[in-house]
Amino acid sequence: MTTNVKRPLSPHLQIYRPQLTSVMSILHRATGAFLSLGTIVLAYWLIAAANGVETYQQAQSLLGSWFGLLLLFGWTFALFYHLSNGIRHLFWDAGLGVDIKTSYTAGKLVWMMAFVLTGLAWFLAFSIKGVG
Amino acid sequence: MTQLSTPLSRVRGWGSAKEGTHYFIAQRLSAIALIPLALWFVVSIVFFINKGDHANLIAWLQSPWNAELLVLFIVFLFWHTYIGLQEIFQDYVHHEVLKAISLISLKFFVIILTVASLWAILRIALGG
Repeated sequence: MTTNVKRPLSPHLQIYRPQLTSVMSILHRATGAFLSLGTIVLAYWLIAAANGVETYQQAQSLLGSWFGLLLLFGWTFALFYHLSNGIRHLFWDAGLGVDIKTSYTAGKLVWMMAFVLTGLAWFLAFSIKGVG
Repeated sequence: MTQLSTPLSRVRGWGSAKEGTHYFIAQRLSAIALIPLALWFVVSIVFFINKGDHANLIAWLQSPWNAELLVLFIVFLFWHTYIGLQEIFQDYVHHEVLKAISLISLKFFVIILTVASLWAILRIALGG
């Protein structure tokens, strides 16, 4: 006698409630994918600079528009998140901090670092440039 | 000797590729290299590039240390990006033909982008 019920082989996303650790894990991948798009802009910016003053100014005003600034802000946060969480991952690879308590503490630290470094970078950038 | 694979998977011959560990290692190596390089890049943008014009950027790039560090940053960054995106495509693209096409396109695209970026840096660093 067989049953036709298609049971999942193991509990998956629709079973588990999101936790700090699982959300941070998928965000690591999401920020990485988002940062990949930034490499295209980085390449474009370098080529524009190599081509001369005019194309560089064009690139700079594109990046300085509200949409450009929004993207740059997003990339800054994604970079600092991915960087901080990447260090957390490297510690795990070394076999350190894999227990639940430490991984939660380190996870919260990653969020803090991402926000503080993003804020610091943009505060410094605007105060050095002298434009509000 | 008990066979653990199903008859279907034996017929298809899709076993382990017996390679791939080097991607795991390269991902971590490039990650370690990118910690100081990415921080250096952000600091450079904030303190030197952000406030200046084109001439300022050229002068910054023509100092040998900056050119070398930027080349290193680009190489490690694009390598790390390639491995990460490849992992995402392998995980989420299930159609075998689409998977092959996306992986091959990704490889060519990253190589083109890397060479274009490095070429641009060299043009500035070596140009008069």
